[in-house]
Amino acid sequence: METLNTVSYVFIGIGLFFNFVGAIGLHRFPDVYTRLHAATKCTTFGSIFLILAVIVQSAGIWAREGTISQSVICIHSVVALVALLVTNATGAHAMARAAHRSGEKPARAVVDDLANRKERE
Amino acid sequence: MRFLITAVVAYAAYLILTIGSGTVALWSKEELIVGAIFAVIAGALLRNRFIGKDLRMLNPRRWFTFLVYLFPFFLAMAKANIDVAYRVITGRINPAIVKINPNLKNDMSVTMLATSITLTPGTLSVDVEPKTNELYVHWINVDPEILKDMPRDYHPICGSFPDWARRITG
Repeated sequence: METLNTVSYVFIGIGLFFNFVGAIGLHRFPDVYTRLHAATKCTTFGSIFLILAVIVQSAGIWAREGTISQSVICIHSVVALVALLVTNATGAHAMARAAHRSGEKPARAVVDDLANRKERE
Repeated sequence: MRFLITAVVAYAAYLILTIGSGTVALWSKEELIVGAIFAVIAGALLRNRFIGKDLRMLNPRRWFTFLVYLFPFFLAMAKANIDVAYRVITGRINPAIVKINPNLKNDMSVTMLATSITLTPGTLSVDVEPKTNELYVHWINVDPEILKDMPRDYHPICGSFPDWARRITG
């Protein structure tokens, strides 16, 4: 039980750190694309660890005491994790594409191959 | 065949969502029966939508490869996350949108690669060239070396992900 608690605390710590970094990045970065990096990816990684902590805790209690209600939390957290991974990537992709189509230029960009394509057309 | 697969997947999804409802191995009798009825209905209605013309994803080896792929993917994701955290704190960024050509053949592998690239921080797939399956990737810290020649080298961006995508869905 002690080990499980420690593992959960470590996971929660890592998760909070990356969510925090994501929030700072949202304010520090200059344009929509770099902000998407911070806002969607760091928070995904942070949330993975937060969910892992929930899974560890509930699976531990489920295995030790056999309470069925913990299995609900455990399995549903896994489902939430999968949904988060799939939708977050798709959402970030859709936002980036929409931003570029509406003419948002990447700030401080060295190269923009996509803009070059549009000029060719 | 299509009906059976769709019904089984629908039933599995139903069972996952109703886990812990009773005593017959974690499910209640009612949930098991109702789930079976709805799985049959869903299978009958959606069998041509859920599975397209191509049945190659039924091969269990592809699913096993996918599970193996999760490990290097998670490792790359962790590494890249630490890198982005460093860039957030120091503010050292050097962004660019680069075009890469991973030589993938079908839609599913392109979807998988684009999702993998997006989930790895530091790279974000912005758009795709539908005919040639080339990807436009926004890269937060571009390597000046690969900007020199025009078909860009994709290895610094996504490593061996295209090979995995080809192995799993190709």
